Amino acid sequence: MNSTTLTADASYRDGKRYWWLMGLVVPTLPLGGYLLVELTGWGIFWFWPLIFIYTVIPAMDWLIGTDENNPPESVVPDLESDAYYRWIVYLFIPLHFAIFAWGGWMFVNGGLAWWEGLGLAISLGGVSGLSINTAHELGHKKGATERWLAKIALAPVFYGHFFVEHNRGHHKNVATPEDPASSRMGESFYAFLPRTVIGSLRSAWSLEKQRLARLGKGPWTLENENIQAWLMSVALWGAMALWLGWAVLPFLVIQSVYGFSLLEVVNYLEHYGLVRQKTESGRYERCRPEHSWNSNHIVTNVLLYQLQRHSDHHANPTRRYQALREFSEAPQLPSGYAGMVLLAYFPPLWRKVMDPRVVAHYNGDLTRANLHPPKRAALLARYPQPA
Amino acid sequence: MSLRRWQCQVCDYVYDEAEGWPDDGIEPGTRWEDVPDDWTCPDCGAGKADFEMIPID
Repeated sequence: MNSTTLTADASYRDGKRYWWLMGLVVPTLPLGGYLLVELTGWGIFWFWPLIFIYTVIPAMDWLIGTDENNPPESVVPDLESDAYYRWIVYLFIPLHFAIFAWGGWMFVNGGLAWWEGLGLAISLGGVSGLSINTAHELGHKKGATERWLAKIALAPVFYGHFFVEHNRGHHKNVATPEDPASSRMGESFYAFLPRTVIGSLRSAWSLEKQRLARLGKGPWTLENENIQAWLMSVALWGAMALWLGWAVLPFLVIQSVYGFSLLEVVNYLEHYGLVRQKTESGRYERCRPEHSWNSNHIVTNVLLYQLQRHSDHHANPTRRYQALREFSEAPQLPSGYAGMVLLAYFPPLWRKVMDPRVVAHYNGDLTRANLHPPKRAALLARYPQPA
Repeated sequence: MSLRRWQCQVCDYVYDEAEGWPDDGIEPGTRWEDVPDDWTCPDCGAGKADFEMIPID
């Protein structure tokens, strides 16, 4: 690293520099679960990564609190070029692949009860879900290496089209009714999940189809980035099946479904109810800080490479995680993503916490919010427009 | 000098110098260097630094 230039602005040091290593703890969580099972004899610890994500992290967010530190612009070029930050993201991928192979082997050969095997598969799904966050960080970069690494990171979870859809689909359509990955006020997570999974897949396919058509080609080619990424999954899953037999198939499917559902529940809370207004020319206004929910809860931010500084991410999509800033004018979630994910699983609780926040954000005028069409009339009746 | 096209590296929007972007008061024929530095991609909001010149087809 370039420590002399980094300290050029003597007033700034990245207080989170070594905290970022926490991101590498994530792929090792299932192994930690295995050790806990061995130590205690309690099979419940096959679910350890879930216990960690759903209880330890929200509790730590609550105890440790928020962090409003922003790096000054003068240090950002040095901060961005410091290879240390890149390498700790790259390292997630081999760690994930190793733990994925171990998990499959243990699932087939570990002599586990059915519910212990289920716990192990869902635990690996937790790692796969977080691997989509790693792929997200890499997939936004301009260099070919990082973009390829993004596709490789998405191979275990079999969600390679995310790489295509997220940049060219979601970043373009964010906070509009057209975006499958932006949730609407009144839409429960369970209504959102099939809409985003199917809509994102369709969007990814049609984006590549259009791009290839401009080059005079059809979509069924190895140049299709969806097909490239999916073939990596076919190769990886195929290798697992050749090595461990068909008995590994439930493991592969369960970790994939839980993994992408974890990504989608995070998508659910990032733009809930927020919408870009149409301008006179009929286009949507530009995406601004007010179109994303943010959180400064430091523990989740460290684990998710500051994904929760979401407004800055949409304003500067290629900015590296260590340089993302909090915008005080952006709408804030009452807790970190980990705690909000739990709320999202219980729609009545979610509505109780989040709907008043959407109403307050639009100063009571819900005609300016992104409303779920089947609930539109009920929401407008429940929250009448201010006189 | 011929006019060029610049593509947003995030969402693939193309800024065509011949067309400009009149919605933001950027007249047709405005060269990329003369587009204000704080102008952002009309589709995804990314900044000028995230654009790259693309060859004319």
